[in-house]
Amino acid sequence: MRLFEFLFPRHAPSASVAKERLQLVLAHERAGREGPDFLQDLQKDLLRIVQKYVEASDDAIEVRLGRNGSASVLEINVELPGRQMLQPARRALSHL
Amino acid sequence: MGKVIVVTSGKGGVGKTTTSAAMATGLALRGHKTVVIDFDVGLRNLDLVMGCERRVVFDFINVINGDAKLNQALIKDKRIDKLYVFPTSQTRDKDALKRDGVDKVMDELREEFDYIVCDSPAGIEHGALTALYHADHAVIVTNPEISSVRDSDRIIGMLASKSRRAERNEAPVAEHLLLTRYSPDRVARGEMLSIDDVKEILSVRILGIIPESETVLRASNTGTPVILDPTSPAGRAYEDAVARFLGEQRELRFAMPERRSFLRAWFGRAS
Repeated sequence: MRLFEFLFPRHAPSASVAKERLQLVLAHERAGREGPDFLQDLQKDLLRIVQKYVEASDDAIEVRLGRNGSASVLEINVELPGRQMLQPARRALSHL
Repeated sequence: MGKVIVVTSGKGGVGKTTTSAAMATGLALRGHKTVVIDFDVGLRNLDLVMGCERRVVFDFINVINGDAKLNQALIKDKRIDKLYVFPTSQTRDKDALKRDGVDKVMDELREEFDYIVCDSPAGIEHGALTALYHADHAVIVTNPEISSVRDSDRIIGMLASKSRRAERNEAPVAEHLLLTRYSPDRVARGEMLSIDDVKEILSVRILGIIPESETVLRASNTGTPVILDPTSPAGRAYEDAVARFLGEQRELRFAMPERRSFLRAWFGRAS
């Protein structure tokens, strides 16, 4: 039975999957830890405001604090897939 | 001045108390005056693992509150000279470890002992942060399993930002990775993260690999630190870890599967 399992394994080795998943999630979490405490709050607030006007997914905004020469740069990326700009959120329409 | 070693992990159940007991006993066996402290307020267990549960009279909280002197609460081990156990209390108030009180106790212990081993509670709350605050060294106990590795990464972040060394801009806490409950056979079959995988992900130097072993349960059943069991592979692995901690070079045992006979390897599961 063991010989059979050895020759024809039922599952692909899972350790490499674990490693890959860990590396991805930790890269994300470490980036969040290294910035100042307010960055995550800022990200949430911005997301709320953007979602008020356009349909955007919860991970659409990325906020990063970087450096450019002597100045600090607050970089905000908002990703709106496809033709999102043409479809305002319903809440925004209700103001009209 | 004594050195403070915190045994920490973030995740529960990975072997912090087993490791604290083994490391402290190993250091004392090598001639260093050592105390092992239970920081898990409300969930006292180090006394059981060390086999001194019936000798606890005063505890950490009694000393902090001034109800007892430090040497009234320290329990001298009956087997090993130079080894002491400092039990915690069973009070349910986790915030009972007030910073000023802990600071004072740690200063006193540093005067008296070569090594102060702090057994941290799980989590990243007050108790765990208090345990790591004074650390000069951190033994990060990790199982080769995703949730444990992730939590270890979190605790490594805490050591870099919340320790006294970080607060004072001193040299950072020296980190040592101890991989416990390791199964070389499963690693060889690609079912378990390997020591190299975990080392690469966490970038912490390796203190040792502790193989999964039935002798660990037997040791805690009887209140004997596993390092004192001469037949235990885990005990031998802890001995190596203590030697490495003290600066000795030792080959990494238990990373590869044992060689077994052709028939046993293919047709039977030996353990």
